[in-house]
Amino acid sequence: MMATEVAAVSTDPLQPATTEQAEAIHVWNLHKRFGALEVLKGVSMTAKDGDVVALIGGSGSGKSTFLRCINFLENPTSGAIRINGEDIKMISDGAGGQIPANRRQIERIRSRLGMVFQNFNLWQHMTLIQNVIEVPVHVLGMKRDEAMTIGEQLLERVGLSAKRDVYPAYLSGGQQQRGAIARALAIQPRVMLFDEPTSALDPELVGEVLKVIADLAKEGRTMLLVTHEMKFAREVASHVMYLHNGIVEEEGSPEELFGSPKSERLKQFIRTVS
Amino acid sequence: MADASIIPAAITGMFDLLSPVAPGWGANLLRGLIRSLQIAFGAFGMGLIIGTFGSYAKLYGGPIARDLAAIYTTLVRAIPELVMIILLYYAGTDLINRILEGMGYQRVDISGLVAGIVVLGFVQGAYATEVLRGAIKAIPQGEIEAARAYGMSPVLMMRRITLPAMLPHALPGLANLWLISTKDTALLAVVGFSELTLETRQAAGTTKAYMTFYLAAGALYLFITLFSSVILEWVEKRARRGMPSVKEAR
Repeated sequence: MMATEVAAVSTDPLQPATTEQAEAIHVWNLHKRFGALEVLKGVSMTAKDGDVVALIGGSGSGKSTFLRCINFLENPTSGAIRINGEDIKMISDGAGGQIPANRRQIERIRSRLGMVFQNFNLWQHMTLIQNVIEVPVHVLGMKRDEAMTIGEQLLERVGLSAKRDVYPAYLSGGQQQRGAIARALAIQPRVMLFDEPTSALDPELVGEVLKVIADLAKEGRTMLLVTHEMKFAREVASHVMYLHNGIVEEEGSPEELFGSPKSERLKQFIRTVS
Repeated sequence: MADASIIPAAITGMFDLLSPVAPGWGANLLRGLIRSLQIAFGAFGMGLIIGTFGSYAKLYGGPIARDLAAIYTTLVRAIPELVMIILLYYAGTDLINRILEGMGYQRVDISGLVAGIVVLGFVQGAYATEVLRGAIKAIPQGEIEAARAYGMSPVLMMRRITLPAMLPHALPGLANLWLISTKDTALLAVVGFSELTLETRQAAGTTKAYMTFYLAAGALYLFITLFSSVILEWVEKRARRGMPSVKEAR
């Protein structure tokens, strides 16, 4: 179902979404090149509010790069991106690629995308609660008291109330990642972006982080999730994209993709990772 | 018995010479000390500002900014400080006046204090650039990336993330620079600025009590260093507040 929608949209990047669910992210024909290496060779995707899109694929398939292009941590070489119905304006960088035309537009878009990194990337000179309220207070201009109240509720949700005044260096990997999820939730994100959130964790800590993410999926949050956890992707995702060598090899509902994969590569991939 | 009375007489004589009231030279020394501290503070502060811009230029600047910063740090660190001071002090003030005259303005009398701060600050800036560049490189780059990913503007990122995160890495180097700055003020004696060393030389030359005055000046410099160490230790402890102790990891 999703696949046909993507195909229909890809003929016209500016055509508005026609379904009743509002479109959160729309990516059209994205290419990314690092020097001679083309990492993404035309990837398109649409995520509507409430969708949980899982991106799977082997290492070097381009799935992380794709995610990082969405909030412009990497500048796509070509292609169009629309977030919250707003087209991101790009200009030529004079070297065959493109850069965002307007820094402030990018900053505004980024401040509504909650990114969770593989290596947590909490700010080490701030306590957990300071990490959580930093962006609401200093980027979004929320009042400190209000941000504190929300921040404390979020830490409670991820089970870290007791650690609110602890610096990240004194927390376990699982605690840091749950803190990083609270930091992402604090900006009241339109979309959550997860870049292999459990890959840097010890095996016994993976479960606590996945549980938090699964709860978010259940309450209907829009999420893009790059992951190696196939079982988890199958449980929480509403749509799965399998990337191979920079193109979408196959996509569909988790039942379709994991239950009856069509391409030989995906069959092999599922065999090797499970 | 006569010998025994000589030593106390010498000591009382020493205190008379160092007394802050009229016949003593203590007030001159203290005035020199205050001027030295003013210059050291100003130069260190100016060095920090130049160093921040310099390190950003070297790390994030375009080709022109990078080259300019590289020329600046290379030249300043290659030329002996004494030469730099004489060059900038005389040639610099002369140049400013020539420019002013060329534009049809009156010559100005540049105060020794301002000239001293600018000259030493210019030298400090080159070293601070390298200290801060190293410290910024020591920040885990994921923290910078997270700041970008959450929509921080470059200025906000510098103020909230980069500067506080690099501070613990920069402080040992910056502490060195501060102590060097307090002692480099003595070099300004060669251009006739009445800081602590020149005041001491004048007092010693007039009274012939060289030992007394140079020992006193040495004690004052030592006092600055000891006092600074206490402050710096406190600042470093605070800057490292999120970091586990090095000893625990041993």
